[in-house]
Amino acid sequence: MATTHSGTAELSNVNLVDRAFRIRRNALRMGAVQGQGYIAQALGVADVLAVAYFHALRYRPDDPEWEERDRFCLSIGHYAIALYSVLIEAGVIPENELETYGTDDSRLPMSGMASYTPGMEITGGSLGHGLGISVGMALGLKRKGSKSLVYNLLSDGELDEGSTWEAVQSAPHWQLDNLIAIVDVNNQQADGPSRSVLNFEPLHAKWDAFGWHVERVNGNDLDALAAAFDRARGLKEAKPRVIICDTRMAKGVPFLETREMTHFLRVDAHEWDLALEALDAGRVR
Amino acid sequence: MEAKTKPGTQPPTPGEGRAEVGQVTKKPRLTTSAMIASLAAEGQPTRPAPFGHALTALAETRPEIVGLTADLSKYTDLYVFAQAYPDRYYQMGMAEQLLMSAAAGMAREGFLPFATTYAVFASRRAYDFICLAIAEERLNVKIVCALPGLTTGYGPSHQATDDLAIFRAMPNLTVVDPCDALDIEQATHAIADHDGPVYMRLLRGNVPLVLDRYDYRFELGKARLLRDGADVLVVAAGFMTMRALEAADKLEKDGVKVAVLHSPTIKPLDERTILEQAQRGGRLIVVAENHSVVGGLGEAVAGVLMRSGVSARFRQVGLPDKFLDAGALPTLHDRYGISADTMVGSIKNWLG
Repeated sequence: MATTHSGTAELSNVNLVDRAFRIRRNALRMGAVQGQGYIAQALGVADVLAVAYFHALRYRPDDPEWEERDRFCLSIGHYAIALYSVLIEAGVIPENELETYGTDDSRLPMSGMASYTPGMEITGGSLGHGLGISVGMALGLKRKGSKSLVYNLLSDGELDEGSTWEAVQSAPHWQLDNLIAIVDVNNQQADGPSRSVLNFEPLHAKWDAFGWHVERVNGNDLDALAAAFDRARGLKEAKPRVIICDTRMAKGVPFLETREMTHFLRVDAHEWDLALEALDAGRVR
Repeated sequence: MEAKTKPGTQPPTPGEGRAEVGQVTKKPRLTTSAMIASLAAEGQPTRPAPFGHALTALAETRPEIVGLTADLSKYTDLYVFAQAYPDRYYQMGMAEQLLMSAAAGMAREGFLPFATTYAVFASRRAYDFICLAIAEERLNVKIVCALPGLTTGYGPSHQATDDLAIFRAMPNLTVVDPCDALDIEQATHAIADHDGPVYMRLLRGNVPLVLDRYDYRFELGKARLLRDGADVLVVAAGFMTMRALEAADKLEKDGVKVAVLHSPTIKPLDERTILEQAQRGGRLIVVAENHSVVGGLGEAVAGVLMRSGVSARFRQVGLPDKFLDAGALPTLHDRYGISADTMVGSIKNWLG
């Protein structure tokens, strides 16, 4: 009865383009409900999520706690709007709940929490928690002899947190080949461009030095992403993997892409419709 | 290395002692500040590593139990478990934030993690991780921490004089402060049976055995009257229950009758039993704890009494609201008024 999304076989890149488009559309519609939000991050990471949920992950939309699922941990709680968008597209959350985003008693609060939302594996938000929790889950899955993988989406800003590096150092020690970290590098954090807040480069060399298999790709290139996920999953070495994704904030809505200070994007009331129109126009093109 | 020191025999240092401290016997001052001094008095019966052995016994029938530590298996007695079940033991390195988040992750996958470190590191360094990754999620993680309160002479870096205040304020978390080896053994079983996050204070190494002489069994959430007395009611937790029993014996010789109510579960507090005892009127109520007088058992009990309209003469035996000195434990316990002798003096003063 339960449908299982499982890995590479099922969807072509054409589908992924569609998926990414609809993830962005869901995000814009939710942003419009509240008139604010981390919309630029959601638009930027939509391609990464499309590849994760419609190319890589094994899960059952109607059974979010299916024991054999791959775990997708959202360390960056403020990206909840992005994850809700993909969970709606995946059929884990009904589409009509989108209208409740951030409202009282909604299952879709503005920061992601495990106890609120089906498909939300962990409570993120206090940045620097996710990768450590993912290390524990990966250790637990190995203990159980499970074949499931743990994906953890973190941000470039989250690399400022020392606790992230405790986890980065730990995963290779335990040879966690069932752990795939995804770093969204959009170079924006609360106080400005990440590289000026605290320079995190050279990322490839750092993760490599800690003992991880490193992929670094254009996070808005679906083909490159799918190939990177395939290499990360297919690797035989007993080490954790990281996919560093360089993404563009607000990708898909040109007039928002060019705004400065996009971390918490100001979008005026009349602009939400314009943004949807711009997104739709880009799809036709 | 463990230094055995004799507790409760030094006079208070002038200027540092509490005003209410009474007469104490003069003995030569110990000047070492041992990292981990046993609390056992000379000749007192002890049991080795009660937590480590209890967890190891429990693990035999509970395959979901795993043990994690942050480079302190030796000093939290988890090494006993690690030797018995090496494949269920996770050395996470000196990284307490990771220790707590990884324990949360393992609990999410259905395991029952016991995570050990020192109380200072859990309560201060890893607070955010216990709060959000474990407590907010009601995950079944047991946090077991050595060096609670003033149980080391190393100074504030290792003295967790504020851990109860910190953890009492954390929703969903059960907080336990056992008294002796028997209490620790039984509490280890009880917290494993409890579905939810627990913080337990730990005495490790050769831990005194005291409660076997009383009609006692640890029950989570329950306080137990260990001895009755008409003049003073001492509500105590942790090793201060031991000190209270010793003080009660000494006071009895002077005709002062002291009841001792042991309340090892700090949260949720056994308000019913505390109120029942407190309402037996006319007694001086003293709360004794190995913790700052701010935010621990004393203020918890005071709050219960106030909210219930019980008025009584109320005093606290606890650590002052300050960063404490380094030094030998007996010296420090006298200096800060938590040795049995200083407690005797305090109670006599309060009774007038």
